[in-house]
Amino acid sequence: MTISLSRRAFLGSACSAAASPLVTPVVFASAPGDNRLVVIILRGGMDGLGVVQPYGDLGLRALRPTLSRRPGDGVTDLDGFFGLHESFSDLLPLWKAGELGAVHAVSTPYRDKRSHFDGQDLLENGGASSDGQMTPARDGWLNRALSLIPGARADTAMAVGQDNLLLLSGDAPAGAWSPTNELSLEEDERRLLSLLYAGDPLFTRALEGAAMLSDRSEGRAARETGKTLAQFTADQLNGPSRIAAFSLGGWDTHKTQSNALKRPAKQLTQALLTLKSGLGRNWERTAVIAITEFGRTARENGSAGTDHGTGGAMLLAGGAVQGGKVFGQWPGLGQSDLYQNRDLLPTDDLRRYAAWALAAQFGLRGSDLERSVFPGVDLAGNPGIV
Amino acid sequence: MAVSKTTIAAIRFGYGFHRDQAAPSGPAALFDTLAVAQRTPMPVPIAGLTERRQRLDALIAERKSGGKSPEFQNMRKAMRRDAMRDAAQVVFRRAVSPHGFYERLVAFWADHFTIAGRNAGQLFIAPTFEPEALRPHLMGSFGEMLSAVVQHPVMLSYLDQVSSFGPNSRAGKRRGKGLNENLAREVLELHTLGVGGPYAQHDVRELAELLTGYGVHRGFGKFRFFQQRAEPGAETVLGQSYGGDPAKAAHALEFLQDVAVHEITARHIASKLAVHFVADQPDPDLVAHIAAAWRNSGGDLPSVYQALLEHPASWEMPFAKIRQPTGLVAATMRAMGVTAQDLDGPLARGLRLVRALRDLGQPLLQPPGPDGWPEEAEAWITPQGLAARLSFAGKVGQLIAKRSDVDPRRFADGVLRDALRPETGFAVGGAPDRWEGFALVLASPEFNRR
Repeated sequence: MTISLSRRAFLGSACSAAASPLVTPVVFASAPGDNRLVVIILRGGMDGLGVVQPYGDLGLRALRPTLSRRPGDGVTDLDGFFGLHESFSDLLPLWKAGELGAVHAVSTPYRDKRSHFDGQDLLENGGASSDGQMTPARDGWLNRALSLIPGARADTAMAVGQDNLLLLSGDAPAGAWSPTNELSLEEDERRLLSLLYAGDPLFTRALEGAAMLSDRSEGRAARETGKTLAQFTADQLNGPSRIAAFSLGGWDTHKTQSNALKRPAKQLTQALLTLKSGLGRNWERTAVIAITEFGRTARENGSAGTDHGTGGAMLLAGGAVQGGKVFGQWPGLGQSDLYQNRDLLPTDDLRRYAAWALAAQFGLRGSDLERSVFPGVDLAGNPGIV
Repeated sequence: MAVSKTTIAAIRFGYGFHRDQAAPSGPAALFDTLAVAQRTPMPVPIAGLTERRQRLDALIAERKSGGKSPEFQNMRKAMRRDAMRDAAQVVFRRAVSPHGFYERLVAFWADHFTIAGRNAGQLFIAPTFEPEALRPHLMGSFGEMLSAVVQHPVMLSYLDQVSSFGPNSRAGKRRGKGLNENLAREVLELHTLGVGGPYAQHDVRELAELLTGYGVHRGFGKFRFFQQRAEPGAETVLGQSYGGDPAKAAHALEFLQDVAVHEITARHIASKLAVHFVADQPDPDLVAHIAAAWRNSGGDLPSVYQALLEHPASWEMPFAKIRQPTGLVAATMRAMGVTAQDLDGPLARGLRLVRALRDLGQPLLQPPGPDGWPEEAEAWITPQGLAARLSFAGKVGQLIAKRSDVDPRRFADGVLRDALRPETGFAVGGAPDRWEGFALVLASPEFNRR
């Protein structure tokens, strides 16, 4: 047996078009349509009350003497009641074009312990428990949804970035790649590596995924930013992928929030604008949902920031969404309106909106969504976000 | 596969074999290295903690006077560069030490008490955390380590305690400031009881009040208790009353000593140790054994480590854990025979540590959150994670080929000894170029597992 491993195996600047012997032969049957969905996980707990400010609620100023703003002075009016924080101003053209929206006063079913890590696990798992316990399979809701999409293949959904997303983990095969990866494998190299990893299923599986994607990255990004993640995502969605997910951090704004929000706001803003420009005409058929593990305290804390809370906002973008609108039922900010006299009261389950997005983009049936993707969710009363 | 205890000691409990270092032969020998390591000065020491604080003070003064002057920008740039060099030294320190288990324990605690560099100041001061808050207490009690951590400027800054004021304290009322819950929550959720533990939101709140007054003298200086920030009165945490007037720093320490020996803390951290060192789903008997040692010794850490080492489950195969990138890089350097003299030499430059760790998915001082890095094998051996490891292995393979004329098969034997799998031996033997042989060793499952 001849074994050769070229320099490119590891330095990988060139592209290889060879089909991988490692990848399960894919059946090019019915492709899952032309609609696209991007899920962005905002890690750290985005302050929905700060980003999409209900300036029209008189309670806001009392709760947040230094953090609340008025139109023309730190927020831009959206609809006469809500205003967009100035750090997100670059997104206003999307709002005006009906390509940016929000849902307010929503949360996952997670309550009371306000832990980032349990909160994020539940956000990505999609389970119904209030104490953060995941469903028994401990997989991600987007992976379960993927298994229900007719014609879905291993490259239909992509987790983008080095962050290993629970959201897309599970039984349905899905891709994962980072824009910083520079690997390009030739067929003989794949074969040698498959010998090296024989008998180790974990490494064998990862190699299959790497081999499938090593040809698909054009130009290596120096680092993961909102922009590079989004550009890579757009490239994949312009190719065979229809679903992608990545995460952006930095939302845990305990201190001097108006300053602390600038960096994550810039990352998210650039990610959305890059998706739009990178997707070109495909943007029209794309829905983006940006979700976070919890909202933050309704009151600002002792250091001009906010602590871990409950209800918050999710953001919607894309040509496919019904933007220019803030969805949801507003609970009010009076003392008795708050959850535990502390947090914005969640009036809806954010999983419902994610489910409606899946139904609209990929034709998933309500009964499947309620039973398997988001157990226990009730899909009555679709407001038509997509 | 039967693997000797010497090999398990080196790979599971250390950073792998080093050509020029003796390898402990089993649990007893491994445990004995801890006391020696504790007496030995820290390998690859970092220079000038005092100087570091002076530079920060100068930076703060410059900002106050000149705002964003060129001097300020230059000072900040130099500090960021030095901070990244210090951070890279952490990996060097792990790699060159002959006491791998000790260094692995330091790394375990550094992840348990995660800190990050979120701004230039934090980044610059972060490298002082490990030598000041963790190493001196590694062979002491958990309560002592916890107290040192909660009083360390890096932690006080990272989890925002520096800006928490008692709402009814003198300074709080005068400056219109109040509580910041961040540190209090993570002390309960991450550092002691764990998220499933018996605490509720009101305990977080009361502990935050109990911790008011904890702050840092001038920017990033030493710990200081600010009497005028402390919330008046006693606080009830986990059903027990602490403190009273006048407020003292010792009041919160009393709570920390109590929670350090709490049954649930013992179980939480015993489980974390077993998960970190042995398996993602460890033998429940191993966890119970470590927790019992914690309970019986009042959180005496050497007793806890001994319990981990003496349990048979700790010496079972296979290597179920994945080396995290920092550990992988340290093991790689050991395989290359690294010494402290290489710190500023071609090897360090060739490895480009800061960038390599970023590409491998574990950037220095940028954990995903205060809960540190994930433990599960599946979190690391993903397509994108494996691709990064393959790229790294390729670059290092070329570096090794340039530096030495060793045969890749001998290299494989020296690095992996009886952990070497036939599959890897076969692939390495068939590599057409030497550098590719080295790369295959470094990319092999057994080199990426522990």
